[in-house]
Amino acid sequence: MREIVVVSGKGGTGKTSLTAAFADLAGRAVVCDLDVDAADLHLVLTPALERREDFFSGHEAVIDPARCTGCGICATLCRFGAVLPEGGGYRIDPTRCEGCKVCVSLCPEAAVNFPERRCGEWFTGQTRFGTLVHARLTPGAENSGRLVTLLKKEARAIALADGLELVLCDGSPGIGCPVISSLAGANLAVAVTEPTPSGRHDLERLLELCARLRTRACCVLNKCDLNAAEARAIEELCAARDVEVVARLPHDDIVFEAMLRGRAVTELPGAPMATLLKQAWNRLAALSELGRPAPWRP
Amino acid sequence: MIVAVASGKGGTGKTTVCASLASVWERPAVAVDLDVEEPNLHLFLRPVVRWREAATLETPVADPARCTLCRKCTDLCQFKAVAVLGKRLAVFPEMCHGCGGCLAVCPEGALGVGSRELGSVEGGETRNGHYLAGRLRVGEAMSPPLQRAVKARLASILSRTGGDALLDCPPGVSCPAVNAVRDAHVILLVAEPTPFGIHDFTLALEAFAPLGKPMGVVINRAGHADSTLTRLCAEKGVPVLLEIPYDREIAREYASGGVLAAMNPRMAARFADLRDALPRLIKEAAHA
Ligand code: SF4
Ligand code: SF4
Ligand code: SF4
Ligand code: SF4
Repeated sequence: MREIVVVSGKGGTGKTSLTAAFADLAGRAVVCDLDVDAADLHLVLTPALERREDFFSGHEAVIDPARCTGCGICATLCRFGAVLPEGGGYRIDPTRCEGCKVCVSLCPEAAVNFPERRCGEWFTGQTRFGTLVHARLTPGAENSGRLVTLLKKEARAIALADGLELVLCDGSPGIGCPVISSLAGANLAVAVTEPTPSGRHDLERLLELCARLRTRACCVLNKCDLNAAEARAIEELCAARDVEVVARLPHDDIVFEAMLRGRAVTELPGAPMATLLKQAWNRLAALSELGRPAPWRP
Repeated sequence: MIVAVASGKGGTGKTTVCASLASVWERPAVAVDLDVEEPNLHLFLRPVVRWREAATLETPVADPARCTLCRKCTDLCQFKAVAVLGKRLAVFPEMCHGCGGCLAVCPEGALGVGSRELGSVEGGETRNGHYLAGRLRVGEAMSPPLQRAVKARLASILSRTGGDALLDCPPGVSCPAVNAVRDAHVILLVAEPTPFGIHDFTLALEAFAPLGKPMGVVINRAGHADSTLTRLCAEKGVPVLLEIPYDREIAREYASGGVLAAMNPRMAARFADLRDALPRLIKEAAHA
């Protein structure tokens, strides 16, 4: 089974539109939205809900006012500033609590409860391009890395059960925990970027991360006609790192149009963009068959 | 006054709005990049960086001579950062959240204080103010502790200068984004009038509303026929303070790292209006 993950250093580069197009081109695949912080793929793929589960991750501390004597030990020990004084006693701000259990373990009165924390929910549904696995993180919740890992596991299990060869993921933006989880075990990372100074800067960091994780990467240069000098700089950056640019897509209102209509670009009739995407897809599907790249040396 | 510039998703133009505000700000202000995973504010503000220092997190170091393998620390640790492997206590610093719990519970004093490098904090000056930013080390998974380090720096600068702060926050609605806007007096949400943009904007409102802070909206790439976003803002009672039209010239300016407010006098005037609207918003919220 292969796993292709579409990533971008920052959001708004067209990652989701591109994933939708690839989902259309891939045909038989399980599609997975790992951008749990801004999950948008379902807006294009419009799944019919099949399954819905709560997502729990870690625990949160809650003070039982009936047992608390207000000694303040928990407030002194909490390194995250989550224990706040309130009316002579103490209260825990759930948005600051890291669930580290320190106050729970060290409260002399055993006054701190430690229930599991519900961080969101996840779904599977049928779309016109196959099964979609996606999620909704509770706003303000943490640990989206764990949610990403869970979604990938589900997607792989579905692919296995249905005899499908491919899991296609819309990855998380950034370079932190959720992206690291997105890239873990992937056969190919498709880095989507734009020819802007921030696009190049973010791509550089992302490619470095891929190299460290020994995930093979290729690049899609979106809106390539926006800034010729920056586009050239990105081509050079990729060449220097031995990263193939599999597509150079011009700025085209059809992408916007497709989004407005809730379609993949490849579903709109006669778009020249569709031909470019088809070529890109063939190339990256081939790249995903190759093994892991050589180990990274700083 | 602390102004947080945030957005439900990336790529909405949050950083250029933050840079533009900084460039028209009249009082002394610190422009702060809290988007430590993808710090881009410097690309627009082009500050002179005067200092840079490593930011670290306290992680435990085990002393095998003292450790009795009692497992008090491994029972406590919620992040699997300490474990007994065979006859030895192993520490996985990259998993550690730095809560200090294991050090507090170890009965043998077998754990000492070590550190993990999170990234760096840097500071300097822009044309008309201070600059401060965090930069997450590639491979480091946790951004909130680095954000805390940047915010601690900011607090010390503000206590010295007494000025304002303009925060470029991470996109999204999870923990790092909420952490970033928490100390602000007013939240400015940058949104796009597209189906994706509206969806993410709704999530952002949901995430930030519980903080009870006044919020305003900047609509970027406005002008497409879709008025859903404007309607939504009216419904939710969040004022639209600025609309930046969708046009190729602006996209180009942005692509070349330009600050929108410096593009032409018309843009500068619009951002000056935005600046003036912020204290009014805070005042109205205080009276409401
Ligand atoms: S340590 Fe326990 S008893 Fe003391 S203030 Fe905290 S919750 Fe209350
Ligand atoms: S569990 Fe940890 S973070 Fe949460 S309140 Fe207790 S000490 Fe603080
Ligand atoms: S400091 Fe906290 S997170 Fe780190 S190893 Fe100790 S108990 Fe675990
Ligand atoms: S609590 Fe201290 S003595 Fe016990 S296993 Fe941990 S380090 Fe060793």
